[in-house]
Amino acid sequence: MNVQTPWNENQAVRCILWVVLAVAISRAGHSQELPPAVDREVDFVRDVQPILRARCWSCHGAEKQESGLRLDRSEAAFIGGDSGKAILRNESAKSLLIQYVSGLDADHIMPPEGQRLSSEQIGLLRTWIDRGAQWPASGTTEKNSHWAYQPLKHVSPPKPKQHAWVVNPIDNFVLEKLESQGISPSAQADRYTLIRRLSLDLTGLLPTVEQVDAFVNDAQPNAYEAVVDRLLDSPHFGERWGRHWLDMARYADSDGYEKDNPRPDAYRYRDWVIDAINTDMPFDQFTIEQLAGDLLPEATDMQRLATAFHRQTLTNTEGGTDQEQFRVEACFDRTETTGAVWLGLTVGCARCHTHKYDAITQREYYQLFAFFNNGDEQTHVVPKSVEEIESYRVAKAKFDDELAQAKTALTSPDFIEAEMEWENASLEKLNALERIESQRRLLDNPVFHSEDSQLTFKALEDNSFLVSGDKPLTTDYTISGQLKDAQVRVLRLDLLTDSSLPKKGPGRAENGNFVISEVVVESSTSADFSNAQTWEFTAAKADYEQNRFPATKTIDGKVTDGGWAIANETGKPHWLELQLKDPLEFQQPTFVRVRLHQQHGTQHTIGRCKITFQSEMSPEASLPEKIVKLLKAPREQRSESQQQELVEHFAHVYPATQDAAKAIEELKKKEPSKPEVAARVLVQRTKDPRKTLVLRRGEFLEPMPDAEVQPSGFSTLPQLQTRSSVGDRLDLARWLVSKENPLTPRVTVNHVWRLLFGTGIVKTANDFGVRGELPTHPELLDWLAAEFIGFNDGRSSTVTAWSRKSLIKNIVMSATYRQSSAHRNDLMEVDPQNRLLARQNRMRVEGEIVRDISLDVAGLLSRKVGGPSVYPLLPPGIAELSYAGNFKWNLSEGADRYRRGMYTFFKRTAPHPNLITFDCPDANLTCVDRSKSNTPLQALVALNNESFAEAARALAVRALNCDPKLEESERLALAFRWCVARPPTEYEISELENLLKESRQWYESHNEDAKKLMAATKVDGYSPEVVAAWIATARILINLDEFITRE
Amino acid sequence: MSDRQNYIEQLRRDFLTTSASGLGMAALSAMLASDGGLSRAHGEEPTNPLSTKTSHFAPTAKNCIFLLQAGAPSQLDLFEPKPKLNALHGKPLPAEMLDKVRFAFIKKDSAVLMGSPRKWSKHGECGMDFSDFLPHLATCADDMLMIRSMHSEQFNHHPGQLLLSCGRATFGLPTMGSWLTYGLGSESQNLPGYVVLTSGRGSSGGTSLWSSGFLPSHYAGVLFRNEGEPVLNLTNPDGMPNELQRRGLDTLKSLNQTHYNRMHDPEIASRIASYELAFRMQSAAPELIDLKSETAGTLDRYGVERAQHPQATGRGNVANAHLSFARNCLLARRMVERGVRFVTIVYEAWDQHSDLEQDLRYNSWVVDQPIAALLKDLKQRGMLDSTLVVWGAEFGRTPLGENRNGREANTGRDHHPFAFSLWMAGGGVRGGQVYGQTDDIGWGITADPVHMNDFHATLLHLFGLDHLQLTHRHQGRDFRLTDVGGKVMHSWLI
Repeated sequence: MNVQTPWNENQAVRCILWVVLAVAISRAGHSQELPPAVDREVDFVRDVQPILRARCWSCHGAEKQESGLRLDRSEAAFIGGDSGKAILRNESAKSLLIQYVSGLDADHIMPPEGQRLSSEQIGLLRTWIDRGAQWPASGTTEKNSHWAYQPLKHVSPPKPKQHAWVVNPIDNFVLEKLESQGISPSAQADRYTLIRRLSLDLTGLLPTVEQVDAFVNDAQPNAYEAVVDRLLDSPHFGERWGRHWLDMARYADSDGYEKDNPRPDAYRYRDWVIDAINTDMPFDQFTIEQLAGDLLPEATDMQRLATAFHRQTLTNTEGGTDQEQFRVEACFDRTETTGAVWLGLTVGCARCHTHKYDAITQREYYQLFAFFNNGDEQTHVVPKSVEEIESYRVAKAKFDDELAQAKTALTSPDFIEAEMEWENASLEKLNALERIESQRRLLDNPVFHSEDSQLTFKALEDNSFLVSGDKPLTTDYTISGQLKDAQVRVLRLDLLTDSSLPKKGPGRAENGNFVISEVVVESSTSADFSNAQTWEFTAAKADYEQNRFPATKTIDGKVTDGGWAIANETGKPHWLELQLKDPLEFQQPTFVRVRLHQQHGTQHTIGRCKITFQSEMSPEASLPEKIVKLLKAPREQRSESQQQELVEHFAHVYPATQDAAKAIEELKKKEPSKPEVAARVLVQRTKDPRKTLVLRRGEFLEPMPDAEVQPSGFSTLPQLQTRSSVGDRLDLARWLVSKENPLTPRVTVNHVWRLLFGTGIVKTANDFGVRGELPTHPELLDWLAAEFIGFNDGRSSTVTAWSRKSLIKNIVMSATYRQSSAHRNDLMEVDPQNRLLARQNRMRVEGEIVRDISLDVAGLLSRKVGGPSVYPLLPPGIAELSYAGNFKWNLSEGADRYRRGMYTFFKRTAPHPNLITFDCPDANLTCVDRSKSNTPLQALVALNNESFAEAARALAVRALNCDPKLEESERLALAFRWCVARPPTEYEISELENLLKESRQWYESHNEDAKKLMAATKVDGYSPEVVAAWIATARILINLDEFITRE
Repeated sequence: MSDRQNYIEQLRRDFLTTSASGLGMAALSAMLASDGGLSRAHGEEPTNPLSTKTSHFAPTAKNCIFLLQAGAPSQLDLFEPKPKLNALHGKPLPAEMLDKVRFAFIKKDSAVLMGSPRKWSKHGECGMDFSDFLPHLATCADDMLMIRSMHSEQFNHHPGQLLLSCGRATFGLPTMGSWLTYGLGSESQNLPGYVVLTSGRGSSGGTSLWSSGFLPSHYAGVLFRNEGEPVLNLTNPDGMPNELQRRGLDTLKSLNQTHYNRMHDPEIASRIASYELAFRMQSAAPELIDLKSETAGTLDRYGVERAQHPQATGRGNVANAHLSFARNCLLARRMVERGVRFVTIVYEAWDQHSDLEQDLRYNSWVVDQPIAALLKDLKQRGMLDSTLVVWGAEFGRTPLGENRNGREANTGRDHHPFAFSLWMAGGGVRGGQVYGQTDDIGWGITADPVHMNDFHATLLHLFGLDHLQLTHRHQGRDFRLTDVGGKVMHSWLI
């Protein structure tokens, strides 16, 4: 075990002291006491580096970075440490480095131990800094010699002795290594094993017995290749290899943090992956679209969708979060996931410091981070799937035809003429209304009053008044003011909404309602109303009346006998108009007093109201707001669809077309909806782009002001070319897959190799850095990488550049891949971990596949590819584990209950336990290499979980129903072959027969048990005890180690 | 020789002759070890990930019960009397203090301090303070180490719970129980080494609070359930009696053994052993949760059948949490008795942004009696010396009242990661001491700050593990529970 102590409490304290000290020094102005700069040429390599090496690097070098400071590499040195910049170019007196080594504070002298730096040495450092602190490239870093960063080389396959064994160049590399160790390869696995191995590796499904027999009996020389080609063409190939990719993409169906809200759109990206892999999208394009599809010229919907790769990051919607914290957190994740997936590098360590083992500095980390810092999170509408869009188009065309047919009634000359007339008449009415509106009069100098002194009236800018304060059960408002030079026939009340009112009002009752029980208006020439005249209203009209609360109640002369109200239509403005018997004319200033009685009770009072006077009732336009708007627009400016809307509106009121209009309306309800989904994508931020600063210790609140970085690659890898002055994600993506970049192809072929052999050529698939393991077959790795990117052009004919399928085919065709996986005694000592590949490796299938194949042999599995995630059986109490029990698992029905495991809805805080028990990753971070454990909990799942119990029942039924002519042992042998492809041995069949027999005996004497085990199962012609015994036996078949293992 | 002995003998022969590397030998060697046949193999990869391992130095603790009080209870109303805070009730906090801090919900400009209406008294020979909400726990004062100066940097629940559980607020890391079972293995042959019990509603962190992170899933917490079977999938399908289960497993074993003879892959032997362990677990787990063998007195002391509080209210009041929490405390003792290394009890009930008084009264009542009973029960059985009990939460609560949404009256407190309390008892911790100090209003720490990572370092130390040495290489880095910090608090130890 290794010990790593980059940071501890003492350092933390020291770091704080650094800060304190730095402030103290700069404030005290001790700079005069510094040793003077030397007055001569200073050369970094000759004069400065030796001082740093001798006196600083032991604490601030490759091995240790006390206080986060590293002085052996220029990028890191100029960033500084936790206290800030150590070296300020041209300002040696202000540079912490100089202040510290000068020992101005007796408690804090650098170096802390040993002799102080001499005045001469400090002078050299000062002069070097004052003259610009030149740090020549040769003095920066030694060229990094780590193998993984070296360019790909042309490698010719070696020539081993037993060339007869060799099928393709892969075998040359492997065999040569084996021969050098005196080891011979294993024999080819038998054909049963081979086809089962290929099927599981390429599709994650089992071959049928028919497929197995066809292959076993196929004498053609290309029999094996034919199987490979068939499987590569299978739609399940994309599922299988898509799932591997989704591990790396940390794909899930929910947000992750706390509430962990569902992401119903997430599946769309999953389907994109499956599709891209099925169509063998070249890996360079696959990379570019996922990292930067939005930046491609004229990006398609699908290319934008691909950027959802980096929208799989977690989202925290917990109350009181600082969204910037989690935005930065998501960018960290994008940075580190990109590093892990394409470069096989664990860049995350450099988030806080430049570390001793990594070739990547903290500054470089933020250069990579900078690519993602301006990626904004957005949604983009995309088709649900190609098929659904296709069938939509067909349905839509049909619908359009039907609609056009229905609309022929609206094309008769009579109708067209009538419609024109209606338009004109309506417009006239609207104009009259407008005129009335424009002539409305307000009271001058209004005063608001109520008997309830706790009420407050506030006059608003639109001349309405808003009521707040106490809430009396009943009340009256009095609004008084003057009118002059006015002709009045109508009093108008506008009841308006306001956010301060319950349900936005306009009333103050709990539900926003009010009741105006009576409106009484008086006018007088004197302020004291001594000669008041009470207005006599003869008509009342409102835009809406609540049942049994009509507008006329407000002028019926009775204050207590009901009133006008608007329940069910609260939250919207309303109006009431009252018409006088005779018009009134006020030439002289006249005092007017409006009393609004609100005696209904239960706080049904007015919240906001505006009072105006007009010369006539507003004409009955009663047109929907939208139609009014359309009518007001000049005819020639209306679009066709707008005109259509008017026409259809009129068709409803025109007697001759009312039926047709209704039919059109009904038909429109059946308009097919476009199958689209709003996918989470990344979009480049162009407005207010963010600057990227190095964050001290990765803390989002502590950007280092002097440490701005630009998007860029790593110095250990070839130069990243940018299309403009500032790089973007598209530049990054192209750099990752450029022919000069050796890491991406090495890492990618290693991933594929790992999935086909259980272990990569580099065992640490997630770490190609200096701490990772060396490749066991470095030349093979490079040869495969070169083949993969088409670098070996002309030297090999088997490969298409960046083709995943070609790469996989190349590997599975090799003799190396086809070896038996049986362990060999002779290898125990020399190669216990099978790193030399003298045999294949056995691998337990992944968690999803364990269930998939159980359902498959049971005949239950749905083979549908893609679509929204599903909810198969889940034990009770699991969904409840999520926060505050806010998650409901809506059990899928029919075929959706038996979809492949990769379609199971993945809730990050409460994932399906069957998946987790079998080591499915939790999707919170990128996972480039699943672990494979072997635990008792797995045994319990496969034995007892209801999904598996269901599979055992269905497998028994399938066996009993398959062929009536079979003997029991033949029947057993067939079921055995469904599970493991090969025929059973005599011993195996007798063991199973004994189990079947003894189970039957048990159930014969325990009939109740038999019925329970069968649940709803029925098989014609078999007694319950026989069926139950078969279920008990089938259950053991799907628990065989061989069943869940890819041999 | 019995069949089983025969079988073991056969496996042992195969093991010794064919798999000297011990690669992935999993549960097999544990099985052999239990029969005295084989001790843990030494070498790079231990053969059974859960076989017991030697600690770095002599431990004082063998087991841990972690009472995870998710949501963060108010230390100012339970453990820390602050007369000055009461005196300043209704006054704003000095502006220079407010400048530096972030809140989840408090509106800074109008925030005022909120005193505690609790009655306080001193308990035990040590005179430890407890509020009147924890009368039972107060009687255990002399066994408790009360730490008042915990601090963290996460002020949202989920990240805070991750920091508490994993040493860092990041996903994908192993939790404390995973590290301990990784470092020490499990002493139970029939039960998982790391068990999780929950009461009340789901926590912010969900299953990430017992994940094994990048460690293999052997080290993940196994959730024991509150309803139905104690462990998921423990029960045979209906109509599959135990006799027939055994009969089926015998066939399975025989067929797997045949295949092993062909392939010689130790993973097959491992699978055989896993199925046998699963079979044993099928009888051990129900026995564990069956409380029939407990005396009426014990059940009574834990409050396993107590009546509901007359004012049951608040976040914790879900699905009879008062009963399940009491039962979980008793189950924790029974698990420790049976060799379970680490038991986590999650109770998500403490996020009192409002209605603090009523909520806290009820939830304190829920936990007070059972926890006190657990401590006394462990002590009386002589188990407390080797069983570490930890009460802890992701952070504490503010001395400021919470005034979110322009609430007229402050009735709750906000998240407070700058100073909060955590206590431990047993397992080699020196009880009857209060460690650390906060200022007069409980805002900041004035003496002996303790970071979460210091707590983790000390916890591992109690188990005989050096937190700097207990590491796991993942993605090129040696990770540890204490992230990049942590110091052992020697004054806490006996």
